[in-house]
This record gives sequence, C-alpha cells and structure tokens, in this order.
Amino acid sequence: MARRTFSIGGVHPDDAKISRACKLEVLPTPPVVWIGLSQHIGAPAKPVVAVGDKVKVGQPVAEPGGFMSAFIHSSVSGTVKSIGPRKDLSGNVQTYIEIEVEGDEWAEGIDRSDTLVTDIPEDPKLIIEKIRLGGVVGLGGATFPTHVKLSPPPGKKCEMLIINGCECEPYLTSDFRTLLEKGEQVVVGTALIKQALGVEKATIAIEDNKLEAVENIHRILSTLKAKSPKYFGIEVMPLMKKYPEGGEKQLIDAVMHRQVKSGGLPIDVGAVVQNVCTALAVYEAVQKNKPLIDNSVTVTGECFPRQANVLVRVGTPLRYIIDSLGGMPADAAKVVSGGPMMGKAIANLDAPTLKGTGALLFLTEKQTRRMPETNCIRCGKCSDACPMGLEPFLLVRLARSGDTESLESNAVQDCIMCGCCLYSCPAGIPLLDEISSARGQVLGIIKARAAAAKAAAEAVKAKTE
Amino acid sequence: MTTVIWTVAIITCLGLLLALLLYLVAQRFKVEEDPRIEQVEKAMPGANCGGCGFAGCHAFAESVVKASGLDSHFCPVGGNETMKAVAAILGVEVKEKAPEVAVVRCNGTCEARPRTNEYNGAPSCKVKASLYAGDTGCQFGCLGCGDCVAACKFGAIAMDPATGLPVVDQEKCTACGACAKACPKHIIEIRAKGPRGMRLFVSCVNKDKGPSVRKACASACIGCGICAKTCSHGAVTVEGNVAWIDPAKCKLCRECEAMCPTGAIHAVNFPKPLDREAVKARVLERQKKARENAKKEENNG
Repeated sequence: MARRTFSIGGVHPDDAKISRACKLEVLPTPPVVWIGLSQHIGAPAKPVVAVGDKVKVGQPVAEPGGFMSAFIHSSVSGTVKSIGPRKDLSGNVQTYIEIEVEGDEWAEGIDRSDTLVTDIPEDPKLIIEKIRLGGVVGLGGATFPTHVKLSPPPGKKCEMLIINGCECEPYLTSDFRTLLEKGEQVVVGTALIKQALGVEKATIAIEDNKLEAVENIHRILSTLKAKSPKYFGIEVMPLMKKYPEGGEKQLIDAVMHRQVKSGGLPIDVGAVVQNVCTALAVYEAVQKNKPLIDNSVTVTGECFPRQANVLVRVGTPLRYIIDSLGGMPADAAKVVSGGPMMGKAIANLDAPTLKGTGALLFLTEKQTRRMPETNCIRCGKCSDACPMGLEPFLLVRLARSGDTESLESNAVQDCIMCGCCLYSCPAGIPLLDEISSARGQVLGIIKARAAAAKAAAEAVKAKTE
Repeated sequence: MTTVIWTVAIITCLGLLLALLLYLVAQRFKVEEDPRIEQVEKAMPGANCGGCGFAGCHAFAESVVKASGLDSHFCPVGGNETMKAVAAILGVEVKEKAPEVAVVRCNGTCEARPRTNEYNGAPSCKVKASLYAGDTGCQFGCLGCGDCVAACKFGAIAMDPATGLPVVDQEKCTACGACAKACPKHIIEIRAKGPRGMRLFVSCVNKDKGPSVRKACASACIGCGICAKTCSHGAVTVEGNVAWIDPAKCKLCRECEAMCPTGAIHAVNFPKPLDREAVKARVLERQKKARENAKKEENNG
C-alpha cells in the first residue's frame, strides 16, 4: 500500500540529513546564560526572581504573564546578575534574565535517574497541571503553550492525537535522534498526552526517510502494550516523504484525511498535534518533575565539520555552542536558526537559545545566493507547490501594491510560510519575503478589527445594563 | 463619383442624427453636480497623491465643497496658493499655513553606523522590517532599501549611495507625507520648512539608552539632554531617550547644534557655517553665570 501524504502542493527538496548518525550529546554548561521572558506564543512571562538571588537548576524564574503564557525555569544553578534588555537573534530587544553559573545544583524533587517511569496517572487534570508547572511549550517551532493546547474549548472533542515526528525540513535530525535514543520516553509522553486529552487513538507519524525510527517505536510499543493497557491505541505511521509534511494542517490531512478550514484550528476536525520533543518534555515534566530547561539542537551544514545533535540548556549563547563545537567555519556565509526552508537567518550570534531553538545551520555563500529577480512567467509552479492552495504569484503582486483588502480575500492569512513557492519559482521572485510581510500586516488588521468589534459589543452591553 | 457623394452624405446625416440622440439622452439623464466641484478640481495640482488624506484631487474637491469651512482640508502639494484659489471659488476665508517639508531623521551613514550583517532578502524596507531589526546595530534607523523613494510621486527623494540614506530635494518636496507613511521605521517627519528654509532638527529617532546607542552608531542621539538644558526658548524636549525640537518654538540660535556631543542635531540652509567653539564658549559662559547667580541668591535668601 502506498504511504499516506497530504493532498495538495508540497515540494521534494534534498533532505540532506547529514547529521543523522550523530548521537545526542550533552553540551557543557556555559559560564553564563540569558533566559528570555518571551519564549512562547502569547504574553511574556513575569520574572519572580530579583538581581542577586541564588537559583538552582529547574527552579522557576518567571511565571505566566497571562492565560496564553508559560512558566520559565532556570536552566543552570547560580546567581541572577541582571534582568534587562538584550538583543535577540534578529536584533530586536527582548527582556532576559542573566544568570552566572556556579556549579550544577538541581532543585529538589527532580528525578535525574535514567529509570523509565511507565505508570500513567489517571487524572487528566493532574497531568495538565504538571505540564503547566513544567513550562512545556510546543517544540515543533511555534512554541504554543502545551497546557493550553491540551485543554480544548468546551464543546470540541478530540478524536485523535498526532505526534509529529515528520521532521520534514532538510538537515534537521534532532527529532530523529530523539525517536531513536529516547523512544521509550516519547512513547510514555504520548500516552500521557493521550490520557490528558481523554482520546482513544494516538498516531506517531514519521516520514519514510526515517524507517529506523519507525522500527524502534514499533518495538517499544509492543513491549509497552504488553505491560499496560494504557498504551493501547497508540500506533506508529510511516508517511511518504514530502515537504511540508510536518505542518500541522498538512499532517492532519496526511494522517486523518481531514482538512482544517481557513481560520480554523485542528481541534475543529478532532485533532491535536504535538511534536516528538514536546512528548519527551511532557514525559520529563510529569514523570520526572523535570521542567523544560534543555532541548536538542541540530548543529549542521556542509561547511560545518563537527556535525552534532546536542542537548543544550535554554539560554546558552549561540556563539558558545558554535565555539564548543570547533568554532565558526571560515566559509560560512549565513547561520540559520532552524532548517533551510523555514529557519530564520541569525543577525546576532550573541543571542541565547530559546525553548524553541531546534537547529543551527551553516550555509556557504553559494548556498545562500539568490537568483536575480526576473519577471513572472506565469508558469504556475508556485500555485502547484503551495500546500495551502493559495496563489503566491497573485499574492506577491497584491502585496507590492499594498492592497490589504484583496490580500485578505485571497487568504494571505492562511499562509504557513513554508517557502514552497519561493523554492519552486524559476524567476527568482522573493515570494515568501513579500507574502510573509503582507501576511503580518493582514493578521494585524484582522486582530485590530476583532478587538474593535469586541470593544463595541462591550460598549453596547454596558449601555443596555 | 455619385457613390462617393452619397456615402459622405449618408454618413454625415447619420452622424448628425446620432449626435442629436446622444445630446437628448444626456439632457434627459443628466446628473446634477455642484459646478464648484469641477472648478475646485481644476484649481488643484492634479497629482492625485493622497497627501491631503483623500483618495485624489476629485475626492478632495467633493469633500471641500460639502464642508462648510476649509479647516480640515489642506492640499500640501499646492500649498497656500492653491488653498487661496479654492477659498476664492467657495467664497470662504483661509488661514495661511507655514510651508512644510519632509525631513529624514536618521544620521546613520555607512561610516557612523557600521553594518553588522548582510541582508539579501527582497529589496524592500517593509519586508526587511518584518524580518528583523536591520543590518546595523541600530534597530530604529534607516533600512536603506528606498521604500520612500518608490512612494514619492514628485521625484523629490533619492538614496545617496555614499551615506546609504535618503536625501530630500526640498525644492521638489511637497510635504504630501507619502514617504513618511511608507517608512516602516517612521524616521521621516513632515516639519515646518522654516524662514528661508532654515531649520534645525534632531536627525535620529533611536530610543535606546546612551551606551547601547553609542555602540551601534557614532552620530546618534543618546538622549543626554544637553540640548534641552542649553535651549533658552524651551524648544527642545527629550522623551524616551531621544530629543525633539519644536519648530514653532525654535529661534534658530543653533546653540543646541553646537553643544550636541554626537552631532545628531542638523541645521540646513543657514547662510554661514556654525562657529562651534565660539557658540559653545558663549553657552558655557552663560550657564556659569546662571549658576553663580543662583548661588548668590541662595546665599542672600
């Protein structure tokens, strides 16, 4: 039987997983870390420590700044040196807590042993509360607070949990290594999320360029299923390799053959998607009381000799990671945070890692060179490639003329910024650049409109009362 | 020959007949429009730039005829002369407005503001600003892709390749504000042109604190407030670590310019170059005297 994949669009870039054989290794703790307060989508966290305080590993240093927010924990033990502005990797100023490292003393209650805890607690509320206290956010890229995602709005029922192990971006291998080396934990984490959501079915979806991982999870599942009925209903599904399979909506289409409508959420079609690393973080937070203080980062690129998949403490300066792995290669022209398709070029290497930092990719001058832009030849390759069924050639024209109304009616806000259009354009038009900028503008307009409508409704309500 | 005559005659008659028909239809379905709208539109510059806040000259004319006064209407392109003509058509009074000009408030030349990275995305300030803070250490300054140049309908703004900053041609600039709207960093200000074009302005909008500003750009405003202390007309205010000179209060004495430690205050169209040292000495002397007087008063009181 042919393997499943999503139905529209997509491209097939060379997967270039050159670091797939590199085992996960622990990076030494840096002498100083900067822990950002905006490491998730939503309101920034509020610091709960003061300058001069002594902190231990895993101790909370900031509490949620709103409903859509998350706890942030110290990733090291030491003294808080400052709380203030610092430039992030794109050069914008954010607030960071600077901690000078002294020793490696862990907060009480964290189980640092390697023993696998397979017993699943019965109470979903307990699991979600532990996830919230552990500061777990979605590690697939969007850093959506996990406890919010696991509490679906009333009236919506989840039918299937999908654990996203696609890692469809070229070069990235940290999810793959996690599936191979920490497969047990990922499976237990999956069972925990399944229990928290109260769903029967869970699917761990893995692209078929990682069949070792599929086999490994298969093996683990059969042992665990023999042990406890809590693991029934969890399946592993190999998917046909195609980018962007790991996109939430694409993955739901591939696994369940259901389409999320424009402006809708996965829960509308009965799905919740979580990343493999999120499942691991859930396992650690619930079973081991270990909050999200480190994440696996792929450090790769053809010009980078010391390929690696490293476990990095949150807040480690990027330059420290590079220096500990042999330093900056001479012919690197661009360092990208994330993969080559959706990653962000780094403007400031002194910026620290965040919870969602998944990769550092080094590209040479030749690899980053852009084609000179020529006129659109109306070949329609961008429309064929778009996995959201948009018309990038049209959107770019509208974006350049600043026609926000037409942009909205042509659903620019549905763009997932996967870059398939730019990848397939033979005319070298900077489609993604223009479209993502216009998308931001349109999303701002939609948000402002919703806020205005809400304010007006409240005013009417106040008047009638 | 007769064929030719007949053809011409028939075509002529047909033409006249259809013309008559068209005339009658036009009379029958005539749309009554205030004749002043057309008059006002003719008096307008016809640039359709939108600088007045309306969709174009016709929309402006429609609105101005409907409105009772001219208070909320001003054509920045035509300026006072156009507004006088419009007022004459409508038979109302018009207040004269000081002429304005676009001013680029960024001083970060390639020398003063070293590049920290290289941008190779789409050549548009809007896109660049949506991606990151820019290719220099300053996240407030000019991005240098020329969105303002593209927005200008009068060819009044151009990029200077030597500095990487836009330069406004004040003769061509009509102060329509299209460039100010196009700039994602909001560094372009529409300011009073000043007497004989003489004006002083702070050529920086960086809101960061002094030390980090200094690191990013040698000629930025560091918000030290010396200019505000120097000014004896109360024209300079420092808000959010950046100074602003109120053109209504500025007496063009150039003392702030002489005292500015980074050279962020620019003066244009002054006939003589500034004798920085002399003005500085004068200001310091005055401040010293003021301090002494204050001390004396304290002792007396």
